[in-house]
Amino acid sequence: MSAHHEVVIIGSGPAGLTAAIYTARADLAPLIIEGEPSSTSDQPGGQLMLTTEVENFPGFPQGVMGPQLMADMREQAARFGADFLTARVSRVDFSQRPFSVWVGDSEGEPTYLAESVIVSTGARSIMLGLEAETRLMGHGLSTCATCDGFFFRDHEIAVVGGGDSALEEANFLSRFASKVTVVHRRDELRASKIMQTRAQENPKIEFAWNSTVEEILGDTKVEGLTLKDTVTGETRNLPVTGVFIAIGHRPNTDLFVGHLELDDSGYLITGADNSTTGVAGVFACGDVQDHTYRQAVTAAGSGCMAALDAERWLESLQD
Amino acid sequence: MSDLISQLSETTFDEEVGSAAEPVLVDFWAEWCGPCKMIAPVLEEIADEQVGSLKIAKVNVDDAPGLAQRFEVMSIPTLILFKDGQPVKRIVGAKGKPALLTELSEFI
Repeated sequence: MSAHHEVVIIGSGPAGLTAAIYTARADLAPLIIEGEPSSTSDQPGGQLMLTTEVENFPGFPQGVMGPQLMADMREQAARFGADFLTARVSRVDFSQRPFSVWVGDSEGEPTYLAESVIVSTGARSIMLGLEAETRLMGHGLSTCATCDGFFFRDHEIAVVGGGDSALEEANFLSRFASKVTVVHRRDELRASKIMQTRAQENPKIEFAWNSTVEEILGDTKVEGLTLKDTVTGETRNLPVTGVFIAIGHRPNTDLFVGHLELDDSGYLITGADNSTTGVAGVFACGDVQDHTYRQAVTAAGSGCMAALDAERWLESLQD
Repeated sequence: MSDLISQLSETTFDEEVGSAAEPVLVDFWAEWCGPCKMIAPVLEEIADEQVGSLKIAKVNVDDAPGLAQRFEVMSIPTLILFKDGQPVKRIVGAKGKPALLTELSEFI
């Protein structure tokens, strides 16, 4: 027998947990399928689990640690009766109500039936797509600066990317490394002014402009990068023992292909001023549907919208 | 913390891992590592369920940097499975319980 819920929330970053707080307070006893542990941002708590200090979430004048903020949001939702399942959704079917959600074995009867579903699966880091990445992951190549920075004390390392997360990682890693080279494919950064200034004033941070990574060197551990100059086409080797990749994100929408409408970049399409998807009763919030703002606070805001939209929709069914 | 899981130090490591009758899964972790904290409860469950066929032990890399260096741990969490004192399997990065059990299945 499939367990039946009014609201099932898939994903547990700031969007999913805010939706959980609101729907739990509305006595809808939501089930949050929060994901599984992983060393990428695709994990319970989402991208903030891999950050340190969050300085721009309102209400924390001294800043707050990302993992702590997520633990607090989770506890707040649990206090109002939200139920959590630490697992990954393997399949969905939104073609009829109640909607079907599978966890684990995707054959046979669905694990859960839901009157409404809130999708908040977020986004995860993109890798470079080089063959060497599989071989060298964990051997000098990392997706988690806060986990692995410690192992690069007095090493020379590189961060690939030019956005806020790349510069935040570079700044964090400069506590350990003797030198951090930020490798960026253009000659200007995408990152916010405050992050740029901070990086440029950091004596341990250098920039390799107009450079793309052609290869990660090393058989059993990272020994360097081959960089290609995008203007001259010349290649050069940069000797580093650590490489951190921060070149952007991709929405976690593989599950929803064929079930919900996606844009060309794979983001879920929602209503212009609400959280509705093309399927009545399925709502989306957070980075899975936002390629513009992508902030913890905007994710939380859209999670609130999805909760209120779901609540109203469930009420309308009873009329 | 499960009392089935022991904390290893640089002085106790070789004795405890070498003398165990069953394979020993060693979890290299640290207090400041989010993904390490998330797999801790998973490891406790596995330790409880596999009594007699698998032992689980932990190395805090802050307290025992020499062990991290000796086994070339550059990313945490890293899990290394030892059989008769020799490393036979290495799992880098946090994973859910089903994925971990699949990776360990040929040894336990």
